[in-house]
Amino acid sequence: MGQEKVAVFRKAHFNAAHRLHVKDWEESKNDQVFGKCNNPHFHGHNYELIVKVTGPVDPVTGFVVDLKWLNDIIQQEITHRFDHKNLNLDTSEFKSLIPTAENIAIVIYRLLRQKIDLALDLQVRLYETERNFVEFPAS
Amino acid sequence: MVYLTRLEHFNAAHKLYNPSWTKEHNEAVFGLCANENWHGHNFELFVTVKGTPDPDTGFLMDVKALSRIVNEHVIEALDHKNLNIEVPFLQGKMCTTENLAMAIWDQILPYLPPKVQLHRIKLYETPRIYVEYFGEQ
Repeated sequence: MGQEKVAVFRKAHFNAAHRLHVKDWEESKNDQVFGKCNNPHFHGHNYELIVKVTGPVDPVTGFVVDLKWLNDIIQQEITHRFDHKNLNLDTSEFKSLIPTAENIAIVIYRLLRQKIDLALDLQVRLYETERNFVEFPAS
Repeated sequence: MVYLTRLEHFNAAHKLYNPSWTKEHNEAVFGLCANENWHGHNFELFVTVKGTPDPDTGFLMDVKALSRIVNEHVIEALDHKNLNIEVPFLQGKMCTTENLAMAIWDQILPYLPPKVQLHRIKLYETPRIYVEYFGEQ
């Protein structure tokens, strides 16, 4: 006991509007590459986030990480930042970064990574729809 | 009587905002949903019809035909759209899930075959929030 690694998970969710659009491209090229996702009036999703933290079980507490604490960090760093927002217009993270599920997952990972002990492994899985989801880092 | 349901889905941006109210009043009533820059959802739409199966086909109705009706008259108008500003049949309405479900009922009803009745529109705004509409009782 103590050296074996266990993965623990916490789920969270937020909903947001976004648009996939490259400013430097002609409208026709944006339409060709991003299709309906380029709608200038935006569209939106219910995002489902799964945060995975892997590490040894603390011999005293029996925890890899306190999931209540992890939930508080996710609420503070992710949900409050993105829930009911327009990712393109309302967030500093996507002012010049295209808010694809891939990029949102990388941003979420980096925000959480700053708060979680580097001795613990971190991975995020982000569902944009039930059928479209991404993971970062790729395992 | 048998009930047949087709599930479709779409995603869209919207906001809950009454233009005749002040921004402060909208925020007091609708909270985060009043964000002027919109937010969005993955909507799941369950359309249920009812009736008696045709003795020759065994179908209440061809479910592909039901899917075509829902796609042509509902999904194409809503998917990847801004509900407040891009949907003709929602103009002048508050874009709540309640109003959306009732408007979807009106969009589908005229296109169903004779003898097939529309029973229910069930619309999920999030996995935890949904509305059901059974028409005017």
